[in-house]
This record gives sequence, structure tokens and C-alpha cells, in this order.
Amino acid sequence: MPLIKDRREVDDIWAYVPDEADLSPGGCITVSLARFRSETELLLARNTEIGVRLEPADDPHELEEFLDRLTLIEIDFPKYTDGRGYSQAQLLRRRMGYEGELRAVGHVLRDQILYMNRSGFDAFETERAELPSVLDALEEFSAVYQPAADERVPVFRRRHGKD
Amino acid sequence: MYRYDEFDTRIVKERVEQFRGQVARRLSGELKEDEFKPLRLQNGVYLQLHAYMLRIAIPYGQLNPRQMRALAEIARKYDRGYGHFTTRQNIQFNWVALKDIPDVLADLADVEMHAIQTSGNCIRNVTSDHYAGATKDEVMDPRPWCEIIRQWSTFHPEFAFLPRKFKIAVTAAEHDRAAIKVHDIGLNMRRKDGEVGFEVHVGGGQGRTPHIAAKVSDFVPESELLDYLEAIMRVYNRFGRRDNKYKARIKILVSETGEEEFRKLVEDEFAAQRTAEKIALPQEEIDRIHAYFEPPKLAAKPANSESFEKAKTADAGFARWTRANLHPHKVDGYTTVTVSLKPMGVAAGDATDDQMDVMADLAESYGHDDIRVSHAQNVVLPHVALDDVYELYRKLDAAGLATPNEGLISDMIVCPGLDYCNLANARSIPVGMAIQEAFSDPDDQADIGKFHINISGCINACGHHHVGHVGILGVDRKGEEYYQITLGGRADEKAAIGQMAGPGLKADDVPVALKRLVDRYRELRSSKDETFIETFEREGMEPFKDAIYAGA
Repeated sequence: MPLIKDRREVDDIWAYVPDEADLSPGGCITVSLARFRSETELLLARNTEIGVRLEPADDPHELEEFLDRLTLIEIDFPKYTDGRGYSQAQLLRRRMGYEGELRAVGHVLRDQILYMNRSGFDAFETERAELPSVLDALEEFSAVYQPAADERVPVFRRRHGKD
Repeated sequence: MYRYDEFDTRIVKERVEQFRGQVARRLSGELKEDEFKPLRLQNGVYLQLHAYMLRIAIPYGQLNPRQMRALAEIARKYDRGYGHFTTRQNIQFNWVALKDIPDVLADLADVEMHAIQTSGNCIRNVTSDHYAGATKDEVMDPRPWCEIIRQWSTFHPEFAFLPRKFKIAVTAAEHDRAAIKVHDIGLNMRRKDGEVGFEVHVGGGQGRTPHIAAKVSDFVPESELLDYLEAIMRVYNRFGRRDNKYKARIKILVSETGEEEFRKLVEDEFAAQRTAEKIALPQEEIDRIHAYFEPPKLAAKPANSESFEKAKTADAGFARWTRANLHPHKVDGYTTVTVSLKPMGVAAGDATDDQMDVMADLAESYGHDDIRVSHAQNVVLPHVALDDVYELYRKLDAAGLATPNEGLISDMIVCPGLDYCNLANARSIPVGMAIQEAFSDPDDQADIGKFHINISGCINACGHHHVGHVGILGVDRKGEEYYQITLGGRADEKAAIGQMAGPGLKADDVPVALKRLVDRYRELRSSKDETFIETFEREGMEPFKDAIYAGA
């Protein structure tokens, strides 16, 4: 599936391994939080990079102590109307200081990407949105009213010459 | 009132262009209806029974004459010559074509208005006391903080796909006219040791499962308000139910979690915020916004106006209207005027394009350019000199806008019902009109006194039936409309959910049953000063239930 990261289309070198499947010996993989929890030692001992995929009900705090060992966190949007992933992203970025890749997967649509980006996502796996339209979506507003994980300076500071 | 600066203007215009693009993609088929739906909803566009409906925000109920004229123009140009003021300080147009909506929004942007987040599962238009800044009984003016909340909640990236819609109301007065205890968040402004802060109520609401809000905090200082709101919103966004639309409001989370536990979740989330996460609104910004709400410069006048008193003696109709439709102003020699949108035979809250123009003109001539809309679906001119009231009254009267019924039995809240709404089970408007007919005598209405009848055409309770002194709920039973009566509800500081009186009545039986109910109240009241709700609270359900069903 097409992957847009840091405003460019990139190749996806990651594979999600479903819970019932065996872990492949090599390559970059992501697993569910449940699997990560039960096979933490094994997964962190691998020579490859490791990522975790969060579902909407998952508590991102469970990853807190491992954040510097994770290269990728995927947040799944099974339905784009389920907004829990936005809070997971804000918590990971702003509360816990996660600096690796934060990727939106699942039902990811052009018109949600701006809010996702503001909430801390830097990568979007999407079938439905071409790169040019995603870039447009990210530029639709020249000012924002509130601070978020993207660190754009809100208008309440810009109005007073603060940044 | 607040005026847009270059940032606000740009953001609203960019929003119009964004939506224009979305509508074009929808019309070309690139966007599917289910993908388009939340986008149009967050721009106030509903698909109703007959057409698209556009809901425009009137933030905390304040308009200037220019904005009112723009609404009149929209009614003329894009609709059928009228608009419908709602219970949440919005205005709805019922006959707008989807292809025209981007142009309507562009016209609105020109007068600093928008339809942003007037629908959808996001933070909706912030509502407040329609007498704010004018009423004697307020501790301070709540509007600056309403505006701060409006800006903070606009396009908040984390809270655009909540489990369900989310409504915030703010009051700063002794008497709660903003119904804060039946909102998702209700804020009551306080002063403590010289500091301004907010009493925070969470989880009130109506609909299928009405709840009075739980008090979550006695005092959140103003410097922490937005951070505290973020904590509540995040708890709701993460833990609110998403498995069942009817259990998705925050009131269900609060009641299922328990007040204590819910408070702890919020307090823990709030305590966990790092310094870098704090919103930290600069004091200059708080001051900047407050400066827009300086009271109008009202010339000093004596407390009593000779011309006003004289006109009352000479004109009995005027005298009656002044008894119902004026509210004490904080400045001597001035008053607050309610322009009733509840004349006989008109759907509650409807105003024609010409009437909107008249109200705009009168606000300019007599009202210091200030117009409010109330949650009871009326319009208010908050600052009028007593000397001018009679002239104002005559001009209102000429436009059909001087019905003397503010707060009286014919001043009902009525949802659009089956005549317009695709959720409704029963008609509301004709039932409301039949009740008005039954109590058409203005002297009789004045004698009955304060009396709130609220009518909803379905369980979603847009007509606020749960909090009417008398609530009327339309239900469908095997293809026939029935109306269930509840008694004892109220939306003010003593908020209560009405109790069901008994089995539903047929539409034709409702007015006569209410006649008997009102007669019983007149027999039972301890004096003319005791309102129906007070008599009900003293006497209980039994005598009124007997009266309602006496004919059965």
C-alpha cells in the first residue's frame, strides 16, 4: 500500500505480522501490543528493527519504557470515525516524548490527514489519497488555534509576536 | 463584541475553500457519501427530510446588525424567505441546495460568521447566557471566556472524531439561563479570593437517557481552564463508549464509570500534563479578548423614565408587553428587551427575512448594535434605554415581533418535528400551535405567569421536553401519534428531569388536558407569585396527574 512519510512517497520496508503467524527471521516487523507484551524479550533481542501496532482501545502507556527501542509505532484506524488514535498519538509524542516514526494505518483518508499530522503522525499508509492531494490537505490552513504535537505556533502566541 | 483579526479571517476563509473542494469532490463522486458525511456535518450541513439543512453558529448567541442582515439575505437568496433560530444559539436554513452552500459560507465569512462544528461528533458551538454583559445578576461577563473556548475548540485536531457530539455552555449569573446542567460540560464562573475561575459540571444531557451533570470541580482557576477541558476531553475521547451510538455521550461514561472514578480519571490526566503540554495562554491574549467585550458606553440616565411610565399608562398592550418581555439591566435607565419569536401560528424560533432586517435596524437605532439569540428561541436586545422602549415596541409590533409572552405559557420550545426532521416520530409544530390557541388570551397568560412548555417530536429531545415545567414528547404507536406528558422539569440552577405523568394522549386531547392542569395550578397556588413549578414542587405529581387525566 502507498506510504507517505515526511511529505514524500516512500517504499514500505515494514511488514505487520499477525498474532497467529510465526515471526519471520529477518526484516523490519511490527506486531500487536498483545504480542509485544507476551514476547517482549524475544522481540527486542532480534537484530532487526521492531515496531508495534496499536489498536484503538490499546493504552499507549504500556509502551512507555520501550520507546527508545522502537523505530515505528503504527496506530490503526479500523474506521476513520474512531478518533481514539489521535489521543494515542498526542500521548506518545507530547506526554512520553516518542521520536520515532508514527504511522497512521487502516482507514486513512485525505481529509483526516491534517488532524493526524497535527496530532503527531509523520507517516500515512493510504490507498485513497495521492501524494499531491495529501500535500494540499496539509497546507489548507495557514494558522492554528491550539498547540498540538506538530509544534505549530498557535495564533494566540503569533498575535503577540511570540514564537 | 468580538471582531475577527487577520488570523480569524484567514482561518474562516480557508475553511470555506476547504469545504468548496470537498463538495466538488463529493459532486464528482470522488468522495463517497459516508466519507463526505462527517465533513459536511462539521460544516453544519445535514441531509433532512426534504433537502439539505445548513446550521450556522451564533457563538454564545451574539450578533451585530450587519450579521443579522447577512442572515436575512441568505434567507432571501438561498432559502424560502425565513430562518429558524434553535435552542443552541444557532440558526438553521432548511432549503439550501448543496451546490450553493460554499457560497453561503463565503457570504458568512464576509461578516465574520461560520458554520464550523455546528454538527458532527466534535465540540459544538459554545453557548451562554443571552443576557450576558447586561444582566444585574451576573458575577462577570462570561463572553470573553466563551470566545476563548470557541477558538481553542475550533479545528482541535485531537477532538474532531469523538464518540458523539459535545456541547459546552457557560454562565456567570446567579440564575442559570444557559442550562449548564444539561450540557456535556457546564461552566459556572466564580470569583474566589479575587481570582476568576470555573465550577465545572460534566455529563448532563437530554435525549433518551436524561442526566443532570455531575459537579467535577468546585473551582478551576482561569489560567488552567483550557488544560482542564483538554483533560476531560481526552478522558472522554479515549474511554467514551463507541459500540452504541445511544450510549456514546459523556453522560453515559460518567454514570457508568461513577462520578468519583470519573473525577479521578480527569484529575489524573490533568496532573499528568507536562509543562510543555500546557496551553499557557499569554495574559496579553486574555486581555486582548476581554477588551472586545467592554460594556457599551451608555449615557447616564435616571432610574425611572417619565416617557416610559406615561406610555404604559396610555397603552395597555404596551404595559402588558413590558411586564413580560423586559429584564432588569445593570445600568439605571436601561433595560433588556426580548423580541418574541413565538407569535400565534408560527413555528417557534422562525423569523422571516424582513423581520431579521427589522431587528437589525432596531438594534442599530435603539440597541447599541447588540443582538442576542436565546436558547428559548427568542431574540434579545440587551441594552435599550427606557426612554426608547415605547418607540421600539411600536416598530416591533408593526413587524409582528411584539408578542408579550417571554417566559409565559405560549413561549414554548418546540423542535421542528415530523414536518421537517427525518428522526422525528411525531409532529411538534401543530401541537404547539394548538396549545397556543388554547391559551391565546394574553391576560390569561399573564395570570398563569412563568410556565415553560417544551415539545419534542422524538426521544432525541431537541425540544428539551425533559426540562420543561411541562414536557411533551411525541411518540409513534402503530402509526398513530401520541404525546407523553412529563411534569416538574427545569433547566436552570435547580435543574431537574421531568417525571412522566401517565399514558400518552392523542394530539387533540393535549390542549384540553393542559387547560385542566393549569386550572388545578391556579386552585393550588399559595399566591399569584407562586409559579407553576414551585406549586408542583410543593404539591407533587398527584393533583396534576389527576387533572391531566380527569377527562379520560
